[in-house]
Amino acid sequence: MAQQIKIDPVTRIEGHAKITIQLDEGGNVANARFHVTEFRGFERFCEGRPFSEMPGITPRICGICPVSHLLASAKACDQILAVDIPPAAENLRRMMNLGQIVQSHALSFFHLSAPDFLLGWETPPERRNVFGLIAAHPELARGGIRLRQFGQEVIEHLGGRKIHPAWAVPGGVRHGLSEAGREAIRAKIPEAKAVALKGIECFKEVLKTHERELQVFGNFPSLFMGLIAPDGTWEHYDGRLRFVDGGGNIIADHVDPLRYDQFIGEAVEETSYLKSPYYRPLGYPGGIYRVGPLARLNICRQMGTPLADAELTNFKSMGWGAVTSSFLYHYARLIEILASIERIERMIDDPDLASTQLRADAGINRREAVGASEAPRGTLFHHYQVDANGLIQRVNLIIATGQNNLAMNRTVTQIARHFIQGPEIPEAMLNRVEAGIRAFDPCLSCSTHASGQMALDVTLIGADGRVLDRVAR
Amino acid sequence: MPVRTLTIDGKPVSAVEGQTVLDAAQDAGITIPTLCHLDGVSDVGACRLCLVEVTGVSRLLPACVTKVTEGMEVRTESERLKRYRRMILELLFAERNHVCAVCVSNGRCELQNLAVAQGMDHVRFAYRFPPYEVDITHRMFGMDHNRCVLCSRCVRVCWFIEGAATKNVAGRGAGARIITDLSQPWGKSETCTSCGKCVQACPTGAKFHKGSTVAEMERDRSRLEFIVTAREKKQWIV
Repeated sequence: MAQQIKIDPVTRIEGHAKITIQLDEGGNVANARFHVTEFRGFERFCEGRPFSEMPGITPRICGICPVSHLLASAKACDQILAVDIPPAAENLRRMMNLGQIVQSHALSFFHLSAPDFLLGWETPPERRNVFGLIAAHPELARGGIRLRQFGQEVIEHLGGRKIHPAWAVPGGVRHGLSEAGREAIRAKIPEAKAVALKGIECFKEVLKTHERELQVFGNFPSLFMGLIAPDGTWEHYDGRLRFVDGGGNIIADHVDPLRYDQFIGEAVEETSYLKSPYYRPLGYPGGIYRVGPLARLNICRQMGTPLADAELTNFKSMGWGAVTSSFLYHYARLIEILASIERIERMIDDPDLASTQLRADAGINRREAVGASEAPRGTLFHHYQVDANGLIQRVNLIIATGQNNLAMNRTVTQIARHFIQGPEIPEAMLNRVEAGIRAFDPCLSCSTHASGQMALDVTLIGADGRVLDRVAR
Repeated sequence: MPVRTLTIDGKPVSAVEGQTVLDAAQDAGITIPTLCHLDGVSDVGACRLCLVEVTGVSRLLPACVTKVTEGMEVRTESERLKRYRRMILELLFAERNHVCAVCVSNGRCELQNLAVAQGMDHVRFAYRFPPYEVDITHRMFGMDHNRCVLCSRCVRVCWFIEGAATKNVAGRGAGARIITDLSQPWGKSETCTSCGKCVQACPTGAKFHKGSTVAEMERDRSRLEFIVTAREKKQWIV
């Protein structure tokens, strides 16, 4: 009899979601779907607001990665003004984004995902969390928490607060970095770097015993997309779009983010509030692509900093052309943390960061703009249209997590097929399915433009709709 | 001028005949919450936040438009007054779309400060969410009707300090709104001198400098005082 298993909600991710696993008559997994169950409507209620308020409104989409929205929004507003922002302002914005990448990636790896593979898939759920990690690996857990704090403090020293700093504005930023802030950041760099390196060593050990996860956690060829610097270096704030295929071949390059809709289509599925973007030339659903740390490392030639470049070489050796296992999102994330810290270290002595010339001023010079930047989870687009006075007429936000939707669906199917046979629900197996989603570090509050607390509810439904089994935690 | 003696919160206070209870209280260092009152322009008693209790009068009286009388006993603090003030604030918040977190005046807003001072931690009334528009047709200033509390301070500074009479109130009750000339877009006004006094006078984020982002709207009311003092007393005190 065909059956359906539901994991609802999925735990240790940011936002509300559920997974349904469809079993066929033989009790084998026929299909698995990742559903996002929240709806928010930000795009609609921004209409009619002055564009200059957008960098204040849109970060409220999310408390984890508000900086990403702040920057993408401010960049779109820069284009409406048609100005080049002062160089110091760009450097300051870059530094804040690096702080954001460090804190968000540290949260994803140490707090949310590490309990799975450091404590073990079979660990009881009540201990398989960050508190369990603190009990079992106190040094590593403390390091992870401190690393996240470092990223948050970079944001605070620049923007005045850790969450929702209304600091980037159309044309630049409000203020520079104080001498005290500079000192405080500089003092914490050595520790942050040591934790990042330790995290990398730790994950490499994990890889030695997780060959199976490497093979079945979303390991399939797909396209990868991200922003990249003109010379092929890893980029996080500006640059042009590049798409590479599963073999690492560049299939589209130097794409101005303004033309994103020629390359990215958005499909809507009945079963989820999360849209499914796809690479338009290959159609839906063939144009499946991934964004985020794995994609950014697959499209770039170098990280641009010595320690991260050494790790990139090792990372690239794990694939042919492109690294295709989604389990390696974790590794890519750690390398990006390291690269971000190295870049902050390189910038920290720049006297320009204390500049007072930080804001370009202009009127409405363009009616349409696309701001793109790399959020921790992937490329984020803010597309605005304004009237002659600067009131928002239309908003389209393309969020990193959305772009990974097709890949997340394929990942849960792959994992479910491998680990689930028959109608019984082994908890550790379901956790692996969830962990496949966690590898992508989805941010559903962002992607549905949602929030809340999570528990796990799994329901097994027979073909006749009868509830056969239910596991709650 | 004859002097009147009264008590405010039990404190003996002397005031000049014709002074309001609010003036007398301020002179005596007693704070009464206000919103529609603005030093330098006439009072209209619109917001009702300055309501006080006067012995012998069963209803509450607005301190800004109540003249002092001999032997008057005024109370500015009581449970009843607190209840009314909170209710007034809650009604103001429920009436239009006040979203402090993303407002240009966040942290510098008189409505927000009053709510904090009066301990308004939630709103008991259903929000109306009216669909108001934003007028940013003016070259320098913007008007967001979502954040307007209809205090009419902008109208009074425009009429009585600048003398342009550009700003007016149209409509009635909750449907009333501030208009420019005969309800034209601000940028099309033939009478507006772009002096910006209305922007300085606004207690919330309804009037703002164009391009302002969250919490960026700083107002300098001393400029209004400067003009009024110069005009009335012929003293140019910077």
